[in-house]
Amino acid sequence: MKLTIAHLKKGQRAVIKGFSTDIIPIKLLELGCLPGNQVELLQIAPFKDPLYLNINGSFLTIRRATALAIEIDMIKENDSL
Amino acid sequence: MSKQINVALIGNPNTGKTSIFNALTGLNQRVGNYPGITVEKKEGVCKLSRGIKAHIIDLPGTYSLNATSLDENIVIELLLNKNDKNHPDVAVVISDVENLKRNLLLFTQIKDLKIPAILVINMADRMKRKGISLDIELLEKELHTKIAVISTRKNTGIDKLKELITNYKELPTQQCIDINSIDPEYFGGLQNAFANQNLYKLWIVITQDVNFVNLDRKLVDDTSAFSTKSESELKKMQHQETVKRYQFINKVLQNGYIVDAASAKGLRASFDRVLTHKVWGYVVFFLIMLLIFQAIYDWSNYPMDFIDGLFANFSEWASNTLPPGTLTDLIADGVIPGLGGIVIFIPQIAFLFLFIAILEESGYMSRVVFLMDKIMRKFGLSGKSVVPLISGTACAIPAVMATRNIDNWKERLITILVTPFVTCAARLPVYLIIIALVIPDQKFLGMNLQGLTLMAMYILGFLTAIFSAWALNKVLRVKGRSFFVVEMPNYKVPLLKNVAITVLEKTKSFVFGAGKIILAISIILWFLATNGPRDTFHNATSIVTSQVENQNLTEEELATQINSYKLRNSYIGIAGHAIEPVITPLGYDWKIGIALISSFAAREVFVGTLATIYSVGSEEEDTIKNRMAQEINPETGQPVFNLATGISLLLFYAFAMQCMSTIAIVKRETNGWKWPMYQLVFMTGFAYITALIAYQLLK
Repeated sequence: MKLTIAHLKKGQRAVIKGFSTDIIPIKLLELGCLPGNQVELLQIAPFKDPLYLNINGSFLTIRRATALAIEIDMIKENDSL
Repeated sequence: MSKQINVALIGNPNTGKTSIFNALTGLNQRVGNYPGITVEKKEGVCKLSRGIKAHIIDLPGTYSLNATSLDENIVIELLLNKNDKNHPDVAVVISDVENLKRNLLLFTQIKDLKIPAILVINMADRMKRKGISLDIELLEKELHTKIAVISTRKNTGIDKLKELITNYKELPTQQCIDINSIDPEYFGGLQNAFANQNLYKLWIVITQDVNFVNLDRKLVDDTSAFSTKSESELKKMQHQETVKRYQFINKVLQNGYIVDAASAKGLRASFDRVLTHKVWGYVVFFLIMLLIFQAIYDWSNYPMDFIDGLFANFSEWASNTLPPGTLTDLIADGVIPGLGGIVIFIPQIAFLFLFIAILEESGYMSRVVFLMDKIMRKFGLSGKSVVPLISGTACAIPAVMATRNIDNWKERLITILVTPFVTCAARLPVYLIIIALVIPDQKFLGMNLQGLTLMAMYILGFLTAIFSAWALNKVLRVKGRSFFVVEMPNYKVPLLKNVAITVLEKTKSFVFGAGKIILAISIILWFLATNGPRDTFHNATSIVTSQVENQNLTEEELATQINSYKLRNSYIGIAGHAIEPVITPLGYDWKIGIALISSFAAREVFVGTLATIYSVGSEEEDTIKNRMAQEINPETGQPVFNLATGISLLLFYAFAMQCMSTIAIVKRETNGWKWPMYQLVFMTGFAYITALIAYQLLK
């Protein structure tokens, strides 16, 4: 199973790898959700949806369904920024 | 007329664009609409040095030139169309120092259109706290522009911006990105087909069609003949363009923008911990709502009583001082009470807009969206529906417009359809006066019973909206892609000036907008109430005198009898009696019936209408409330406004679709009469049935 943003736990960081669908809206890319950029999960709303993220310095909220389409590589705890 | 410089303020949402607009123009601004559409258009004039003036347009916030909504489309049309009289001589691109990277995306796009552009780096007061340092000279060189570093909070940098605007002709116009490099073959062909045009402009025109936003074809070049790429290929190219722009920006910022993370301090995390908490988040939200409603009811009481009394005195003064005659009657009995019916609600409307402005400005609204999204989705709504539903407490019209940033069509449609159930400011006058008449002014569990009733009406409005959304979600079969992204802005202490200007502007447009309708209706009603068919109306004195000959009435009693006979036989009385069979089961007399009908123009007309009808019918000037309280049902001898009638009226006004402007805006936003007509029929039918049941149970 591929890791996606939806698999992050609160406080975990990762690097965006790519997208599993073509329908990633251009607006998300414009807000900085691009491969190679870092993402941190800041908060999960009640009922596990939506997700509050820090992507590349932008603070955004996206739904779990969208998060499932954004693939990531985890950053290990002891890695530096 | 001296030559004005056309300036367009452009920027991402939440960059403080409005603060800069306010700083440049002060109160020298006006809010209107773009012709034919309902996007708010803010423009103003700014005095520069040497007698030069700048005409400033504050464009809707947008993240890029790839528009996905009507509001964003405005920005593109204005930038592309050189023939528009507002086409900017210079674009001022506003960025937030903390989000410079993301904000620069839009900047590079505007540069590539070869429009002279000034970069504003706003919120400079936060730099130190966030450990940010800038190399302005380097940034100016790399971005081919001039930069003004501004803090509207500390009031620094505005003069620099004015100076840059004055000297806009000296701005370099190099492009940032060579779009050609994405696909040289495609772009080469495109350039050959339209040799005189800016390549990037052509590219935007082509991609806007992909985004399903139609540019006005008369204004820009028709590129439809040139289609050598499929839709998905074009989308892929747009992705590449975005990546390329970020590469450019990253390179520029590498040396020009340095963040020392160690010295960065932020309140975001600690505020978010409470405000988006799964328990405390909702508690805080509920408390804020509670505060708003209690405040609107309690605090605004004092100025309202004052205004009510003032208008009664004014009316009396007018009828005593002006030369007697038809015109004086019209002013004293028609115009003044009618206007009083709207002016009295200024305190409450201003309070409501004040709270909404503070919630928006502080950044709190986005947290509510985050908290509510999943819950709202269960009812077929979106977290973003919270903003329209809350603004709906002010007015359904801006609320329906605020649904534009809901990307999913079904969620958006449902939000539009249910928003008119939310208790808007126009219902407030009706609720307040009826509550004051039929609910006792007592304490219940330490809270004012009237205040609690008002809150119950607001909750009723919300619950009805939510429940109908749930029902619509089950019934409607609308396809639409689901997509949701919300920016969570920084927390900010709202700027007093911004809040004050918003409250002033919104209250002004509400009062003048409604005022015009109310004035017109007051005059019509007054005319209909003071005229009638010849044989009964004009011979009223002799008819009544002969009827009551044997009753030994005083002169005063006789005058009252004559007046009420006249009213009953005026045109309005005849019309009112004609509809009585329909409204009697709801507990209304014909006067309320007239008020009900005129309310379909706008609900707040209710109070003004009754005020006009009652003052025509009586000799003395009095406050609206007192006059309503004194109204007696001739058949039962009881006050007309008793508990059963009051509750029935409250319910009718809670549910009925009684606002022409809302119908018009829904028609525009849903592209047809289908949905507004459904609303009109279903909401009003539902209102009639619930009012009927309530009255029959309570009477």
